[in-house]
Amino acid sequence: QFGAEFRRFSLDRYKPGKFEDFYKLILHIHHIANLEVMIGYADVHGDLLPINNDDNFFKAVSSAHPLLRVFIQRQDEVDYSNFGTNTLSRKKKALVTLRNDNLRRRPHINISMPHDFRPVSSIIDVDILPETHRRVRLYRHGCEKPLGFYIRDGTSVRVTPHGLEKVPGIFISRMVPGGLAESTGLLAVNDEVLEVNGIEVAGKTLDQVTDMMIANSHNLIITVKPANQRNNIIRSSRMSGSSGQSTDSTASHHSLPTPHVLQNFHPDEMESDEEADIVIEGGLEPQHIPKLHSLTSSSLSRINGSSLSHRLQRDLVLNNSSGRESNGNLHKLLSSLKTDPRHSLVIPRGGIEEDGTVITL
Amino acid sequence: MRRFLRPGHDPVRERLKRDLFQFNKTVEHGFPHQPSALGYSPFLRLMAIGTRSGAIKLYGAPGVEFMGLHEENNTVMQIHFIPDQCQLVTLLDDNSLHLWSLKQHGGTSELREEHRFTLKGPPGSPPSATQVTAVLPHSSREVLYLGTESGNIFVVELPSFRVLEDRTITPEAVLQWIPEDNCNRRSCELVEALREHPKNPDQILIGYSRGLIVLWDLQNNKATHHFLGSQQLENLYWQRDGSRFISCHYDGSYSQWPVSSDNRQSEPLQSTVPYGPFPCKAISKIYWQTTKNGLPYIIFQGGMPRASYGDRHSISVIHGSQQTAFDFTSRVIDFFIIFSSDPAADFDDPSALVVLAEEELVVIDLKSAGWPAVHPPYLASLHCSAITCSHHVSNIPLKLWERIISAGSKQNIHYSTMPWPIDGGTNIAPDPPQRDLLLTGHEDGTVRFWDASGVCLHLLYKLSTVRVFLTDADPNDNMNTLGEDEWPPLRKVGTFDPYSDDPRLGIQKIYLCKYSGYLAVAGTAGQVLVMELNDEDAEHVVDHAEADLLQDQEGYRWKGHEKLKTRDGPVRFEAGFQPFVLVQCQPPAVVTSLALHSEWRLVAFGTSHGFGLFDHQQKRLVFVKCTLHPSDQLALEGPLSRVKSLKKSLRQSFRRIRRSRVSSRKRRGGGGNASEVQEANAKFDQDVLQEMELAPVQRKIEARSAEDSFTGFVRTLYFADTFLRDSSRHCPSLWAGTNGGTVYAFCLRVPPAERRMDEPVRAEQAKEIQLMHRAPVVGILVLDGRSTPLPEPLEVAHDLSKSPDMQGSHQLLVVSEEQFKVFTLPKVSSKLKLKLTALEGCRVRKVTVANFGSCKTDDYSENDLAVLTNLGDIQIISLPFLKLQIRYPCIRKEDVSGIASCVFTKYGQGFYLISPSEFERFSLSTKWLVEPRCIVDMPEVTSNNHLHKSGTENAARKS
Repeated sequence: QFGAEFRRFSLDRYKPGKFEDFYKLILHIHHIANLEVMIGYADVHGDLLPINNDDNFFKAVSSAHPLLRVFIQRQDEVDYSNFGTNTLSRKKKALVTLRNDNLRRRPHINISMPHDFRPVSSIIDVDILPETHRRVRLYRHGCEKPLGFYIRDGTSVRVTPHGLEKVPGIFISRMVPGGLAESTGLLAVNDEVLEVNGIEVAGKTLDQVTDMMIANSHNLIITVKPANQRNNIIRSSRMSGSSGQSTDSTASHHSLPTPHVLQNFHPDEMESDEEADIVIEGGLEPQHIPKLHSLTSSSLSRINGSSLSHRLQRDLVLNNSSGRESNGNLHKLLSSLKTDPRHSLVIPRGGIEEDGTVITL
Repeated sequence: MRRFLRPGHDPVRERLKRDLFQFNKTVEHGFPHQPSALGYSPFLRLMAIGTRSGAIKLYGAPGVEFMGLHEENNTVMQIHFIPDQCQLVTLLDDNSLHLWSLKQHGGTSELREEHRFTLKGPPGSPPSATQVTAVLPHSSREVLYLGTESGNIFVVELPSFRVLEDRTITPEAVLQWIPEDNCNRRSCELVEALREHPKNPDQILIGYSRGLIVLWDLQNNKATHHFLGSQQLENLYWQRDGSRFISCHYDGSYSQWPVSSDNRQSEPLQSTVPYGPFPCKAISKIYWQTTKNGLPYIIFQGGMPRASYGDRHSISVIHGSQQTAFDFTSRVIDFFIIFSSDPAADFDDPSALVVLAEEELVVIDLKSAGWPAVHPPYLASLHCSAITCSHHVSNIPLKLWERIISAGSKQNIHYSTMPWPIDGGTNIAPDPPQRDLLLTGHEDGTVRFWDASGVCLHLLYKLSTVRVFLTDADPNDNMNTLGEDEWPPLRKVGTFDPYSDDPRLGIQKIYLCKYSGYLAVAGTAGQVLVMELNDEDAEHVVDHAEADLLQDQEGYRWKGHEKLKTRDGPVRFEAGFQPFVLVQCQPPAVVTSLALHSEWRLVAFGTSHGFGLFDHQQKRLVFVKCTLHPSDQLALEGPLSRVKSLKKSLRQSFRRIRRSRVSSRKRRGGGGNASEVQEANAKFDQDVLQEMELAPVQRKIEARSAEDSFTGFVRTLYFADTFLRDSSRHCPSLWAGTNGGTVYAFCLRVPPAERRMDEPVRAEQAKEIQLMHRAPVVGILVLDGRSTPLPEPLEVAHDLSKSPDMQGSHQLLVVSEEQFKVFTLPKVSSKLKLKLTALEGCRVRKVTVANFGSCKTDDYSENDLAVLTNLGDIQIISLPFLKLQIRYPCIRKEDVSGIASCVFTKYGQGFYLISPSEFERFSLSTKWLVEPRCIVDMPEVTSNNHLHKSGTENAARKS
């Protein structure tokens, strides 16, 4: 369908804006708003590289001389192996959070739109933490996978004004095979837990820390001091501190760089993300909820806009984990349809809780 | 990280907080746990009880009590009051002696430890040389005689505890005065008893363990008399005039010995084995009390025939032809007799026998015919049947109070009318500001009503629910009906009865409406009883209904206990609370929540399966709602299905093996031979072993999911008249919260009073809220337009509360174990929240709205939430803005039963169990403080003549 269509348009080089806006713009210009497309560009070496997040979009714009040649392909037609590898032998970087370590070994790595993946974990706040520490965020979607690790009491050695002192600490004692924590590769047995969602665990008991972790399990951020200090992210001085775009300088099997996920989470942000109680009006049997939601979701979202569909998606995740993937796409599509593509597409996160809690069915 | 910053301190609020909140542990109610020693001062008329944890508690007139704690937390072995002083000496099991005194300070008396002392022998001597076995505070009040295991009697000066070495009475010195042919060094080993002569303070009677008794002259340091018992000695007692003494022995005998100036070595006047002729147990303590009419009272502990009654805990009283062996359900620690303490009186004239048993205090009136028991005003045995729940009702209307007391007095007719004989000290605490009831539910199906207004927790009335049901025990079975010529003449006394006929009778939830006198109680086997207060005895049929909480859910099988069988036909009930409706939940799981609305005449109840609403006016079930999650096996099958869950875990383990087997097969490309199975098994064993080894120190981090057990468990029920459907019309509603973080709201239609019997009550589900964090819902509350909690039913009708603001918008407060959340009504949207667990790692265990008044001004008071967490902390959280006001550590976090038993009052006080038998009362309020304030004045010493002492020595060590 697109083979022969060309459009030329201008873009402010120094303020390229967000990738999503760009994506909307492209779709708008080409009048293909209802299609899933893959956007790529030709870099200086002539490689076809994908544009699918803010960072590579920025890179693409800044490297354009003077014209950025953008290729648009239908999502399902994209041959992923084309990207990067066919023209030059340069090893490409993993730019998107991988669902699993194992994926790497598969022949075709699907690097596509971020919404086709869901983040499992991320290293955050790299710029503000000491290098010996690591702050890991675990995302739990639905209930299908346990967080899957155990913690224990122990002692750690601290440097204090009085010299070295042994202090009680909390450590990861065991990983559940196949659990979320293990699959991230970011946590390991004997890592010392320093903070849970921004609260220091020093002086708290094992049971307290357990309860804190479980209470935050929807969105758990733990700061650990890894037992193995060799895999730490090394910050190079020339890199800008703000992005935290950590190139994994040490080749290791378990330190995935996670450039595109949100950095420097504010607790307020996390909250609205995690907390939305479901209220059902009328005498409905709880078993019917998922069905009703999926039946009415499209019509509802038209009325109530992006925040509601966002909510719905979350409800669906909760109630119907098997349908999550497709609904995730649906949601993305819906939200993109409903918003003027030339405006910022960032969903006002704070707003979700206020007007999105009650669904009248 | 903005939100973790502390909010700026508002100085005005900080000052107000100081006027409102204050934490105090004020008084311990109930019976001391594990008592180990007893002492009594006839001079102060105070009783002292020591415990195994090193506490000593003094009790006098009701309201007069003191408490002290030894730093060492060692068992208190003996307690001795110093004659004619406000002082006492305690001996602990680490052989240390402690001097305590009551001193007046700021208008009240306080108990303080003054000195401590441990007897030290010469270097190199064995520890037994100084192991204290007997203590005698001398009437001169200057010295203490300490008998030891070595046979030495040391003399220490008071209050300095300086050893007066030149006055030590050594066995060698004693033996000089005794003919060698019937005594040797071994006769003087271990001093069993030391008794001062009642008339001559210069003479003391020394009893050695092997039977030798010596009367020692302190002035001349010589033995004036010696008496040779053939049996091992247990204890000694002087007769009032000093002409005779009595000794009791290991073989169950006692002997009377004359002391005359002419006879230096005498034979006993009389020696008897009261429960002979077969071998008897030891008599460990004996009293010989003279009376005007000549017949003495002989009172002794033990001595029962060894073979047939050796297991009884008894105290026998013999007075002429009357003889009774009081039979206690728990071990007797010690006892004393209250008798005339006037030194000028010629006779003892005993009035009461006070017995400290391990689980209760029993006082017997010796003056009234039949020796009835005296109802104690304090030291109530809370745990006479194990406490299963408690409920507090503040500010009881006088009318209801009087009716409960009158019902209770009819139950207490068998008690003596004698005034409480231990009446030392003066209670100067102001009268309690209001009448408070504490209701305790017990394992045997009884509910006890306690007067919790003041320092003395006093039993007002006891209600039994047993009569409604058919149980194995025959209600006519009376333990006390023993034949006339029964020997020994045992009589059961006391109320402590730890044996329950049927654990299903246990009371789990209580709700009393103080305005209407309606009471709802619910029990272990899903039984819910609604009762009404009736001042007369009555015989009537209890209406019976069944609530099938599973409804049409298929394939579920209850494997727990059966429901209780009910009695057909009319049942006779004594005056008091009489049941008129019984609802039995099906399956008969324990009732986990209960709410009663006396105005709408509705009772709501919940179990682990669901909840139901019953109209007790029309006696009709309104609706039931199953809250069960289909995968919740444990809840379905009841508590007995632990086996099942084990099976489940085994199944999982096997699945794991299979998985590992499959994967290994894949790796090796086919196989699955015996050796691999063995390997897998070995691996499995190893895994299990590893899990077991690591289990106590590690915790699993697992997010809560909908599949967790007991998500359907109904934790809380709440009635409210509020805006549930729309903001223009309010209606009655019922709210229920579950363990899985779900809140159900039902809209109720209650017909108006005039058509109450004609139209049915209707209910319709209006809302269902699923909390995202899925933590158990422990409290639901509706705040009115002024953000004040809605009043209790009938509170407004009785003009005791302002009517709620129905104009402004109402708010719903949902308290889960992890968060406090305020929602708007009727559109349930989240307005405000306070996360507790996510920030501090603690969970809410109990929550109540409490009213706090300012101690500075009478006109200011506010409502706050009083919260107890699983760490034993108490937090006060403001309403409606959910700001943490203050936090106090209250209960040790390891004390799980203490935390579980905690109950808050409406005015910022609370109770929790510190042992199975004791409630600690605490106060969070500056205004409402119930604590003992009492004063002990030194009575005038009438003459220089020393008083007759009531010793309680030695028995404690024996028992």
